Formats: sequence, C-alpha cells, structure tokens
Amino acid sequence: MSAGVSVTAIPAQTRGWQRDLIGISVILIAALAGYFLFPNNLALLTRMIAIMLLVLSLDLVTGYCGVATLGHAALFGSGAYAAGIAAAHFGITEPITMIAIGAIGGALAGLISGVVILRGHGLAQLVLSIAIIHLFHEAANKASEYTGGSDGLSGISPDPILGVFEFDLWGRTAYVFGIVLLLLVFILLRILVRSPFGMLCRGIRQDPVRVSAMGASVKLTLIKMYAISGLVAGVGGAFNAVSTQVVGLDSLSFTNSAEALVMLVLGGVGSLYGALIGTIAFIWIEDLVSAANPFHWLTIVGALLIAVVLFAPKGLYGTAATFVERYRRGAK
Amino acid sequence: MTALFEVDHLQKAFGGLNVTRDVSLALGKGDRVALIGPNGAGKTTFVNLVTGHLRPDFGQVLMGGEDISRFNPMRRVRAGLVRSFQVTRLFGEMTPEEHVALAILQRQGKSGRMAGSSQAMPDVMRETYEILETLNLTALGRVPVSEIAYGQQRLLEIALALALRPKVLLLDEPAAGVPHSDTFLIENALAQLPADLAVLMIEHDMDLVFRFAKRVIVLAAGEIIFDGLPVDATNDLRVREAYLGGYANGSAA
Repeated sequence: MSAGVSVTAIPAQTRGWQRDLIGISVILIAALAGYFLFPNNLALLTRMIAIMLLVLSLDLVTGYCGVATLGHAALFGSGAYAAGIAAAHFGITEPITMIAIGAIGGALAGLISGVVILRGHGLAQLVLSIAIIHLFHEAANKASEYTGGSDGLSGISPDPILGVFEFDLWGRTAYVFGIVLLLLVFILLRILVRSPFGMLCRGIRQDPVRVSAMGASVKLTLIKMYAISGLVAGVGGAFNAVSTQVVGLDSLSFTNSAEALVMLVLGGVGSLYGALIGTIAFIWIEDLVSAANPFHWLTIVGALLIAVVLFAPKGLYGTAATFVERYRRGAK
Repeated sequence: MTALFEVDHLQKAFGGLNVTRDVSLALGKGDRVALIGPNGAGKTTFVNLVTGHLRPDFGQVLMGGEDISRFNPMRRVRAGLVRSFQVTRLFGEMTPEEHVALAILQRQGKSGRMAGSSQAMPDVMRETYEILETLNLTALGRVPVSEIAYGQQRLLEIALALALRPKVLLLDEPAAGVPHSDTFLIENALAQLPADLAVLMIEHDMDLVFRFAKRVIVLAAGEIIFDGLPVDATNDLRVREAYLGGYANGSAA
C-alpha cells in the first residue's frame, strides 16, 4: 500500500521549540527578578528551586505516566543523603560531583520504588508508595552512623564551584547554581517529553491496554521513566544538600511527598510549566500567609487549595492555558 | 505446508461451563475469514485466548508453525498477531497523527528514543500520512481524538492495526457502534487492507460479513459448527438452528 497512495500534504512541523524558547526566557527573567527584588530572601528562592526539581520529577511519573504516588520524596531524599554522605563521610566535596552522586542515588531509589509501586494499580499503588516513603524514612533514621538520624546530617562543606565560585553567606552562588541546574534539567525534560518515549508514556497514561496491543512493554517503559524521574529528584535533593549544607530526615518524609503532589496539582498536572508554577505559588503563599498569621496559616493554605481544586481543576497553568486556547479559537 | 496462523484444539472452561470446545482453525496468506455466531457463542473468549489475554486449558496457537501459546499479549503482537478492539481504545488527548506515528515507531523499535520527535522524522511522517490518507483521515491528522466522531475513531483503530504491519489481523467487530449509514466507511477501509494479510473478522453485521468474507466460520456454544463458503452457511441446517433455534425447521421449540 506504500506505493499506490500519493500523499498530498504532510502538515508542517509544529514549532514547539519556539514556545520553549519563550518558556526558557520567562524562567530566566523570573530568576533575575527574584535575584534583584528579593536579595534578602535568596534562601527561600533556593529552596524553591530544589523543590521545583522534586515536583518536575513527580510530574514525569504522575503527570505524564499516570502513576499515583505519595512517596516521591524517597527519590529526593535519597539524592540528598547520597550527596551529603559522600561529602561528610568520604570527603567528596566538589559540588558538581556531589550533584552527580545525588542523581545516581535518586535514580537507584527511583528504580527500587518503581519496581515496587508498579506492582499495584490505583489504590494499591498509592498504599505501596506510602509504605515506600516510610521504609526509606525509617532506614535513614536507623542508619544514624551515616545519616545522623533524627539530628540530621551536617558537616557538608562543598568546595567552590569549578574552583572559582565560593558559596557565600547570602546564598548568591547557591541561587545562581540552582538556576543553572534548573534550566539544564528543564531543557532536557522538554526534549524528553516530546520524544517518542515521551509520547509512549502519554499513551500509557491514557490507555495501557492499547499500548500493549501495539506491542510495547508498559512495565518496562514505566520503570525507565521512574529511573529518569529519580535522576531529576536526586539532582534536586543533592542541590538542597549543597545549598543548605545539611540533610534532615524531613527530606525523606511523607509530608514532603504529599506537599510535592499538592504543588503539582496546584500548578497543573502533566505540564512542566505547571510543575514550576505550582511550586512557586505554593511556597510563596505558604511563606506569605505564615508571616501574616502564624496561628491560622495552615487553615488559609488549605482553603486556598480547595478553591483552586474546585474552580480550576486543571491547576493554575492548565486553566490559564485552556483560556488562551479558547481565546485563540474564538479569534480565528 | 504450515499455515500462517493456526489454532489447534483450543479448550477453555470457566468452572463447569465449557466456553471453548476443541476449536481448530487455520488461516493462510491473504485469507478473509469471518467468525460469526449467536450471542454467548464464545467469540470474545476465543479472541482473548488467541491474543493471550486468557490462558487456554488445552490446545495451541501457532504462527508460521511456531507455538506462541506461552507468549504474553505483547510478544504475540511482535510476532505479527495484531487485534483491533470491539470498543475503541484510543488516547483521547492525542491526535490521529500521533497515534499512527507511535505505532510505526513501535514497529521500528524506535519508541524508546528519548530525543528527537516523530514530526522530525520524514520517513515516519510520510508513512503516517500514507496510512491516514488511505482511511480518509488526513484532514483530522492534528485534531485530538476525543473531538472526532466515533465512526472515524473506528477507522483510526484500523489505521493503527495497519501501521503495525501485522501478518494476521483480528478485527473484533470493526463496525460495532457505527451508524448503519456509515458502515460503508469501514467497508472501504477493509477493502484497502494489504492483499497478503490474513484477516479474521468477528462481526454481527451480516451484510458486511457476506461482502467481506471469502470464508465463514460459525461458532455456537463454544464449538465450530460450520467452516466453509458464505453461501453454504446460509443453507446449513445446523447454522440455521443455532441462530433461529427450533424456528429453523418451522416447528415450535
């Protein structure tokens, strides 16, 4: 049938990279604005970057593959502890090496939790993910010789980046380092989600039976994505260790996992921009409200979340994107 | 000569109920066979046994002489045995172009690639639009599947099957859910199937069956009661009895 049919017109390639260029510029502008507008708040912004990497990583498995998990901090925390232990116990204090070690630690944790979590579906999957995060948490707690247990792991003092940029008291170096890491990860993930592999993952989220009827392995694809997700979360965790110079048990906590999911839902599931916006919005609101009303801030955050989920179920970014799309169609 | 596709003494029971009793059939290159039977005859079970979604109690499924009975559904697809679904199973947010491109990439073993995009692969795009063109879906290439009509979704199911270039194609009621006035679309699509492809179609629409099939197999109560030319099927006493019960003989059951 290949010879007989004449193909009249193959539509032109959609120019995704132009939109990405805009997206990257927006991130850069926001990063610069943050640097100059909040010079005394760089520590908060730096924490935001670390959490953004965690939420991006969660988006890969939840948003793109449809895997429900409440244990994603296991990947983040593993990265943080891997980098922290390497620095505190083995004297590996070169920051880029620490990030790489964190990425490997995260990927391994991703592989392990992926293999376990993907045994179940739906609710069983969710329960397994909660079990995973508690097991990781408890393991880190018990191995106090290496992790410092509930006291946290301290004594991490990273070298200057590339031997030149020293980590300063104001956290400027850490902030710029974080932005560079974030942009790098973001660009790589844009390539990934647009690739055939990314398309396969989106297919799995929508109908795994159809994907296996195409002859593709659903399980293997998901486990691969879990490892990649672990890599990203591990970078986030390691960056957190490098920038704060401590690793606490809270990085491996259920709360951290659940908050990451809340941020993702807030921003919009299944879009990398949604993951970024959700993290910024959540941490910013949390910071604002907790300063304004230290007694009832959790109540206010909760109410805001309910409002978003009820009135903008696609999240902040998803809802905005829908509006723009509708406007464009109306204009045609 | 070994047949392209062979089912050998297949048996399956759920508890005490024998839903598939000693079913054997063979398909050669280019065969157009319809599998029909009244409701509850065990057609769906048969499809599930053949595609590996159910495990038979006894019997074998062979492709080109090779026993694929122990293969999981995924490996059977890779061996060249592809099915379509009775109720469309598609990715609602994705476009027909993405569906077909994904199937082609999967066939070529490129679906695991983590860089590049299907739109940047000229050969994949050419084949994608060749297939969409055959099924008159070109204009809908970039519309999300959730926004296109059901009849056209059925066509896309066939497009996906084509993109996988199977040796044997199992069509599970390709016209199910399609308004009768649109059946001709499906029929045209079926007429475009490659000549050397072996097709086994399960269908209720008798008009479609008799126009499409060169051979008819009738299943009743889990058993093959007829295997032969369509013309003979209509005159076969057992077939008439299976469909019409006692009324076939003009006496009350």
